[in-house]
Amino acid sequence: MIMPDRNYHESSRAHVTGAALYADDISNIGNLLHGCVQASTLARGTLCALNLERVRQSPGVVAVLTAADVPGVNDLSHLPDGGGEPLFIEKEIVSEGQAVFAVIADSLDNARQAAKLAVVEVEPSSAVITINQAIDADSKIAPSRKIKVGDSTRAIDNSAFQINGSLYTGGQEHFYLEGQISIAIPKESGAMTVIASTQHPSEIQSTLALLLGVSSNSVTVQTRRIGGGFGGKESQGSLCAGVAAIAAQLTSQPVKVRLDRDQDMIMTGKRHDFRIDYKAGFDNDGLIRGVSLDYASRCGHSLDQSKAVNDRALLHADNAYYLENATLTSHRYHTNTTSNTAFRGFGAPQGMLGIERVIEEIAFTLQQDPLDIRLANLYRTPNRSVTPYGQEFDSKVLVRIIGELTEHSEYRSRRKKIRRFNQGSPVIKKGIALTPVKFGISFTAIHLNQAGALLHIYRDGSVQLNHAGVEMGQGLHTKILRIVQDILTIERSDIRIMATNTEKIPNTSPTAASAATDLNGMAAASAATVLHDRLIKVASHRLDLPEAELSLSDGFLHTGDKPIMSFNELVNEAYLQRVSLFATGFYRTPDINFDPDSFTGSPFYYYANGAAVSEVEVDLLTGEHKVNRVDILHEVGQSLNEEIDKGQIEGGFIQGMGWLTMEELVWNDQGVLQTHSPSTYKIPTCRERPSIVNIDLLRDAPNQVESIYRSKAVGEPPLMLSISVLHALSDAISSVANYRICPQLNVPATPEHILESVQRVEKLGLASV
Amino acid sequence: MSLTHEIKFTLNGSPVSLTIPLTMSVLTMLRDLLNLTGTKYGCGEGECGACTILIDGVSVNACLKFAVDCDGRTLTTVEGLVADSRNDPLRTAFAEKGGVQCGFCTPGMVMQARHILDNYPRANESQIKRGIEGNLCRCTGYKKIIETIASVGELDNKG
Ligand code: FES
Ligand code: FES
Repeated sequence: MIMPDRNYHESSRAHVTGAALYADDISNIGNLLHGCVQASTLARGTLCALNLERVRQSPGVVAVLTAADVPGVNDLSHLPDGGGEPLFIEKEIVSEGQAVFAVIADSLDNARQAAKLAVVEVEPSSAVITINQAIDADSKIAPSRKIKVGDSTRAIDNSAFQINGSLYTGGQEHFYLEGQISIAIPKESGAMTVIASTQHPSEIQSTLALLLGVSSNSVTVQTRRIGGGFGGKESQGSLCAGVAAIAAQLTSQPVKVRLDRDQDMIMTGKRHDFRIDYKAGFDNDGLIRGVSLDYASRCGHSLDQSKAVNDRALLHADNAYYLENATLTSHRYHTNTTSNTAFRGFGAPQGMLGIERVIEEIAFTLQQDPLDIRLANLYRTPNRSVTPYGQEFDSKVLVRIIGELTEHSEYRSRRKKIRRFNQGSPVIKKGIALTPVKFGISFTAIHLNQAGALLHIYRDGSVQLNHAGVEMGQGLHTKILRIVQDILTIERSDIRIMATNTEKIPNTSPTAASAATDLNGMAAASAATVLHDRLIKVASHRLDLPEAELSLSDGFLHTGDKPIMSFNELVNEAYLQRVSLFATGFYRTPDINFDPDSFTGSPFYYYANGAAVSEVEVDLLTGEHKVNRVDILHEVGQSLNEEIDKGQIEGGFIQGMGWLTMEELVWNDQGVLQTHSPSTYKIPTCRERPSIVNIDLLRDAPNQVESIYRSKAVGEPPLMLSISVLHALSDAISSVANYRICPQLNVPATPEHILESVQRVEKLGLASV
Repeated sequence: MSLTHEIKFTLNGSPVSLTIPLTMSVLTMLRDLLNLTGTKYGCGEGECGACTILIDGVSVNACLKFAVDCDGRTLTTVEGLVADSRNDPLRTAFAEKGGVQCGFCTPGMVMQARHILDNYPRANESQIKRGIEGNLCRCTGYKKIIETIASVGELDNKG
């Protein structure tokens, strides 16, 4: 299908010709210096001595930076309570990959060569690396959080059946194709402009102000586009930006800092890995009477966004199921590893895995189709509709999705077929699973749910559009252009979308939480509407006609069907009448509230729902698997751009599949990351793509709350549809003991983990015969 | 000082002669010396395909090749495809079919697609998959990229 022109990715033509500029491509900067950051190779210890004499003498070196060279506060944490995350190590080393010093030279090569000449003396001390070590050491980085409804202990004890177990989920490297990079350009009177690859220009701005010891109005951060973010550029950009800005201030020359790929993988935070301990009680009907889920996550060496990530895990511990008696606890652990951060889904995927495992365990115990257990436990209005944190969830749409998907994927009959296939196939085992997703939309930090836009119309009728969101491939700019275009009724080519810039929109929220279109779309619509109304007023004044009889369409002012003057003429008329041709728009999400201390409220403006059926086959000899077919039915409300939404669904699904089945981060005992390059850390290639992927958007399902065009957010929710792959693998593995034993498959389900699980199921299966 | 060497080659149809350090990669030469930034640095170790270009019509990772090895050869980068109208359908299809999200892998994908279509003008899905196996994309999940290349193959053959 060919999309109508206005629906193409706004930069697609620039991308296919190589003309789309990323930070690293900006070349017309004179006297550019290059920075190389030297990272700690030790996970924990003391920095005893740092001799940088030979580094300074090395050819091309202009400056060498250490903690002592930070003019302001040596901290990247961007937290009100501050501390905990120095840009440069001062004395204490708390993780591999922390910056020790930086070399600034006339070329990246010279900077790198020079960095090797440093003499760094360190004294190692014992480090806490794994989640289990952290639990044993009780090394909490933040207080635990708990949601309690009913009495889970009693409910579990009084149930006919009890299950319990643990589940480990690995982390995930973002592997944005464009790595971390910033260029700092010093301006007059101590001002600094930074071009950064970031999802959060305003945070870079305020972090730099702190580092440089200036106020925010001296720092401008701009971002035209980034080559992928996925959460990895929400807070992590301040390392490169910080080094570049300090160096630029010191040398009065522009400085670029780009991490090389391996450094990027070693130094920057990743998805949180979890251990989830679960206990549940249920009766013959499969209904969960009581459940306790204990989440322990590895936060790494600093807090970063770990509180919010773990909060969201807890807020999605129910996934789509009503929990009458539940104790949901989240423990946040400090470890001497890289500081884990935001990653598409922001804790929710891990949150959901726990309860989905419980569902699976129940199904195995009762020898039923897990889908039936899911259906039995699903939220239902009116009596089973309140989440553990007290927000009402109307499950109508989700029930509809599961119903329609079960039908058109032919889940039931395929499941039977697969069971027959497995009986006759000793080595290759197939499996199938359907899993639902209910994902809450809004930042749980309520204050972040705001956005701004700034629209300029010039005398020739051309428009500049600024808003607070960052284009990172999700199609945000394309969607927002469409909104403004619809209101002003001009061609897309008449609107130029500008780089996201703290000079244009201040105090922006990160482009995250799937909410960028919801927030910025509303802000842009409001600015465009203000200008639209002003123009109508101008016309009414000039033509002496009531406003109600005038309208804009197809780039013309109309009365009734009759075009009177072009948009451009009208704009010029407004100018001559001395009417302002620029406007700001602002939006704040209504009706949300959340108290993170009591963990209650209605933090989400709405939920985005979906479900997926995955079919896999596992080779019992090698542990390798293939995903044969995926059927997805997902809700995007009234889509702003169907092809972009489908692209998000597909891309999110594959990224989730990568996390669940193949992407494995391995640290050695000393806390040194072993999988720090694309040759050892494997993300999905086109080979891993399932042979059949059917993606459908739920039809006739406008958002029930007032969102931009009644659309729904789509960035993160589809990632969790990939949980169906994990459960299909589990289904396939369990066939080796005739579907009686829960494989308790850990994440990622690599061939090794699959083989372990197969052996476990075989052993327990034999024992139970 | 590192040793330098003078090389002559054809770049996007024009002759180039350049003195380069012996250790310089083709990627650095293109980006830093010739200001052709369409070819991207993704990993610098031959694993991602963001730096794919054609040398004598064959796709290679520019980050792995030494610039000295370009002497006497013919290089085509994504910028060079623009001049050849034969590539219009390919670029249009990428733009129109949603094969582009963040776009960082796109120039490399386009170059690899050219290579595939030159070898298999009617490339089927498995040939396309084999062809772009070395080109990572973190955004799209590949579906639309595969469809794009397949559709151009069909188009080329019709037209
Ligand atoms: S940059 Fe050359 S393959 Fe990644
Ligand atoms: S479009 Fe972002 S990596 Fe391919």
